[in-house]
Amino acid sequence: MKRKKDIILQLSVRSIRLNFLRSLLAAIGIVIGVVAISSMGMMGANMTMSVTEQLSSMANVLVVKADTGGGGGGGFMGGTSGGSSSKSSSSSKDYITISELDDIERTAGKYATVYPLYQDSDTITVGGNEGRATIYGMREDDMTTVLTVEEGTLPKTAGAVVIGPTFAERQGLTIGSRITIGDTDTNETVQKVRVVGILKEKGMSMDLNSDNAIIMPEKSFTGLYGGEEEYDQVNVIVTDIANVNTTKTTIEDQLNRKKNVVTIQDSSRMLESITSTVSTLTTFVMAIAGISLLVAATSIFNVMMMSVTERIREIGILRSIGTQKGEVLRMFIYEAVILGLVGAIIGAIMSLILGWLVVLVMVGTTKYFFTFASLIYVPVSMAIGIAICIFSGVYPAWRAANLDPIEALRSD
Amino acid sequence: MTAVPVIELADVSKIYPLASGDVVALDHLSIRIERGEFVAIMGPSGSGKSTLLNQIGGLDVPTSGVLRITGKNIRKMSDENLTNLRLNAIGYIFQKFNLIPLLTAYENVEYPYILKHRCNDDTGRVSKLLADMGINRRLAEHRPAELSGGQQQRVAIARALINDPDILLCDEPTGNLDTRTGAQIMEMLKALHDQGRTVIIVTHDPSIGAQAERTIRIKDGKVEEA
Repeated sequence: MKRKKDIILQLSVRSIRLNFLRSLLAAIGIVIGVVAISSMGMMGANMTMSVTEQLSSMANVLVVKADTGGGGGGGFMGGTSGGSSSKSSSSSKDYITISELDDIERTAGKYATVYPLYQDSDTITVGGNEGRATIYGMREDDMTTVLTVEEGTLPKTAGAVVIGPTFAERQGLTIGSRITIGDTDTNETVQKVRVVGILKEKGMSMDLNSDNAIIMPEKSFTGLYGGEEEYDQVNVIVTDIANVNTTKTTIEDQLNRKKNVVTIQDSSRMLESITSTVSTLTTFVMAIAGISLLVAATSIFNVMMMSVTERIREIGILRSIGTQKGEVLRMFIYEAVILGLVGAIIGAIMSLILGWLVVLVMVGTTKYFFTFASLIYVPVSMAIGIAICIFSGVYPAWRAANLDPIEALRSD
Repeated sequence: MTAVPVIELADVSKIYPLASGDVVALDHLSIRIERGEFVAIMGPSGSGKSTLLNQIGGLDVPTSGVLRITGKNIRKMSDENLTNLRLNAIGYIFQKFNLIPLLTAYENVEYPYILKHRCNDDTGRVSKLLADMGINRRLAEHRPAELSGGQQQRVAIARALINDPDILLCDEPTGNLDTRTGAQIMEMLKALHDQGRTVIIVTHDPSIGAQAERTIRIKDGKVEEA
């Protein structure tokens, strides 16, 4: 058996060892580039996954509103814009009728919890301080299913309300506190209500932002604002998330058979827009990180050019005793590849450590760190690093290979 | 007998085009060197001796004329074929030894063998050649920088011989050595000639030239005396 040994590779390795410090510095450039790109990429991926999970907790909610001809509404973010201006539109009403509610309950009832909601915003006075608040009216049965009370009870009598925890904290309200709803300066109906319960914190939501609102029974609400059985929205909370789309289309098919009576909002559009924002940001940050690789490329190029210049005479010897151009080229390309590989491997190890820290600090959780979508950035940035090394090594290697052996031998 | 000469130059010219006017380094030169000869090419600096050496060594090609090395016309050769010619047919011995600094003495000798055979030497040829040149195993593990001039030149001779070349081409082989070491190297070259090898020495030193069987003098790119 003849032992096969690549003497050309040996020469590259020894050249790197001989100029260890210089080679190391060049490799550090690649390390930094790889770490920067992969940790930024991982941060983006983790952020996307984290946001997606947060949002998917509300993905089972469908919000049905009257179609006011406004083109489907602005989604969750601009959700309140639909209400007030719609009177002028071609559609006759801006509320959902009891018969429409019945239709929704009939079609979606087996997949979901359906509850209607009255909603308004009004001036309130607490202990002489005026402010504004969102006021919801709910059927008493729905309150029991939908709301969770942290303190106190749900309102059973007229003049009793529950409030959200954020609202309570901001206004300094406790159980038993009194709120005046309505503007006392004008001739509006004014009603004094008593807080009987404070709700558990719920977080961002599409259907009912109860954290910062006053919620009262249906009767109290219609007593104040009128519009009995004219619901502002109907929330459909689908039991199994897999049925969300089916439920949505079923309701649409049932109610919008003749003309568009309702519009249904789901969380997908919001999810899409947030995901795309995060991904744009990630790409941008990664592009900035990519600049560090450009710097690394310059440094590799410089080291390779120095290596070629220093070894012109050696190249002359190699060529004169029968080394092919291609072998000289290979020798210098190997050198670049070794620098790139070493840099990329060190970079990969460091980016796992640094990336983990960045994700922990920026995203707040490393729950998704060891997933494919996150870790894929390590091999990707390694590949980019090595590719840049080879790219930077091509010209110096080509120059070395094409030196005139006579000239090269003559140099000192 | 019509044996093919190892080197045959017929009407060879080498012209370097310069802005200040063409420089004629070799001027319609014709030389014939037979297999097994020991020839010294002599001439003052600027005579065209180095240019001639580069042509014979397959490092450069003539501008005009016919140059055959072991019967092959090198003017029509590609760079790859010229490189293979250098690897297989010519053994170089330089004034400055020109060992590869990154490789040990042993590896320096083995290097052309690996280029030719694409594998390491397991025939013991490298070790035998080094031993013949008086380089022992311990010395063979050293890098060129750790060897004396005489030792480096012996390693260089071993390297030149590794692929069993047709021509041993020596460029001032004793130029960087003291008189005594130079004399030893010359003895070795003579011994190699006695074994039947073709040895060509390029030198400006008459005492070296005198040791050859035949002397070719070059002046102004022409053969002065054959």
